[in-house]
Amino acid sequence: MADSRNELYQQVILEHNKKPKNFGKLEGATHFAEGYNPLCGDHLQVYLKINKENVVEAVSFDGSGCAISKASASMMTTSITGKNLSEVEEIFKQFHKLIVGELKPDRDKNILGKLSIFSGIWQFPSRVKCAALSWHAMHGAIHNEKKISTEN
Amino acid sequence: MNPASVQQLDVAKIRKDFPNLNVKVYGKPLVYLDNAATTLKPKPVIEAVQRYYETESSNVHRGVHFLSEKATTDFENAREKVRGFLNAPKKNQIIFTRGTTEAINIVAQSYGRAFLQKGDEILITHMEHHSNIVPWQILCEEKGCVLKVAPINENGELILDEFLKMLGPRTKLVSVVYISNSLGTVNPVQRIIDEAHRHNIPVLLDAAQAVNHRPVDVQELGCDFLAFSGHKLFGPTGVGVLYAKEELLQKMPPVQGGGDMIASVTFEKTTYNTLPYKFEAGTPHVAGVIGLGAAIDYVRSIGLERIAEYENQLLLYGTKVLSAIDGLRLIGTAREKSAILSFVLPEVHAHDLGTLVDEEGVAVRTGHHCTMPVMNFFKVPATSRASLSFYNTREEIDILVKAIHKAKKIFKN
Repeated sequence: MADSRNELYQQVILEHNKKPKNFGKLEGATHFAEGYNPLCGDHLQVYLKINKENVVEAVSFDGSGCAISKASASMMTTSITGKNLSEVEEIFKQFHKLIVGELKPDRDKNILGKLSIFSGIWQFPSRVKCAALSWHAMHGAIHNEKKISTEN
Repeated sequence: MNPASVQQLDVAKIRKDFPNLNVKVYGKPLVYLDNAATTLKPKPVIEAVQRYYETESSNVHRGVHFLSEKATTDFENAREKVRGFLNAPKKNQIIFTRGTTEAINIVAQSYGRAFLQKGDEILITHMEHHSNIVPWQILCEEKGCVLKVAPINENGELILDEFLKMLGPRTKLVSVVYISNSLGTVNPVQRIIDEAHRHNIPVLLDAAQAVNHRPVDVQELGCDFLAFSGHKLFGPTGVGVLYAKEELLQKMPPVQGGGDMIASVTFEKTTYNTLPYKFEAGTPHVAGVIGLGAAIDYVRSIGLERIAEYENQLLLYGTKVLSAIDGLRLIGTAREKSAILSFVLPEVHAHDLGTLVDEEGVAVRTGHHCTMPVMNFFKVPATSRASLSFYNTREEIDILVKAIHKAKKIFKN
């Protein structure tokens, strides 16, 4: 059955889950936060190295979670590396709109690139938090919030 | 097991009583395997609730008019049904609550606050639901009591010797789960109660996962408190029961004040109503209670012995076919088990599995099942849980197995 809901587990997501990019602790990290979803137990740490010009030089994550949270974290790291903080803020905002279904990549102008793969997740309300977890942790790290919970 | 007696349960006919089983999920038949979270409702329950709202919608214990009298009669008849269901000595020992959680909280906030002192110990097990952990932590914080936790083994069984060793002069209350919601373990509650009573320690049984799977007789067990929820017994949500020994209820102070729980009120002095109303402040969930009464009638018409026997057959079958799946690890392999199958897969996280089997119409629970200490013990972040009821079939378990294989295939690529 060509069920649109099945598109959640696309090849790209499965690959990032299996071989996540930038997985592990980051030497010389300047910013750190952990993200926790008490409802399902997903637990991720995000590490960032931000230089004096406010550019994200490197970013990594570790921890445990489902395929959606791991793939989202992996793609988050690749999409913000080399970006300055205002660009990161914009990507963060757009990604958030994307996963709650407010931003349609084929309709709305955006800078999301490959992240558009998460455009169908709004149909799975209980899984939106999985996709959002690492992003909130990253955002929290930049704004000096060390612990991020999806339930606050 | 006698196969002939199992056949006595006409599951095809029973399934027709549950309208929710007709629901299609993405065009596929619903396979409802989340019965430990809540059970589906048979027609007599739905009709009883509807009848109340359509023909006798009114408050109870307050009016002299026709509708109120009728609603009060049905409400109190339901209490008698609960009494009979648990074989409680008297009707006034049945307190209606919002559910198991509220029932346990009433014991903690009433009995616990009134009769437990600093340094007193409350003994629970490692497999408790959060609702049998947190109320005691709140009490401990307030009163300076100590929460003691008896350990479990790798099969998810209570280590009884350790439990018995922890029963001591400071133990003032034992509160244990009858059947674990995340592991399916059936605890040796009779032994626990008998041993606790040798030390004069009262025992609370969390029977939320028990009353819908096996006959529970409070006089035979001798438990001092027992809590269960209506919605896990094929009744409405938002209604549950606290049973307690009468002498305990008599000396326990009320937890909530309001209408119905008083005998007389002046600004100087209020006297409380008799049992059970002392613990039922405010307008109760009348429709829920009436629906619960109908649920008890329904379950008794089928018979809990037969239900237990049929579900055990399903459990054995489910255990066999799930264990045959490559890499699948069952969490909870107690010798005495109820029809709950918790498991993890090495390559597919529980949440991904939950979403993928949902695509096939299969409803399972994924997560920590409100038992985080159990998850920590088994070092898993979450499990998938198929929890069975008497309207489930082997064919439905086969659909689950097929869906798991499909998920494994997706994650293999």
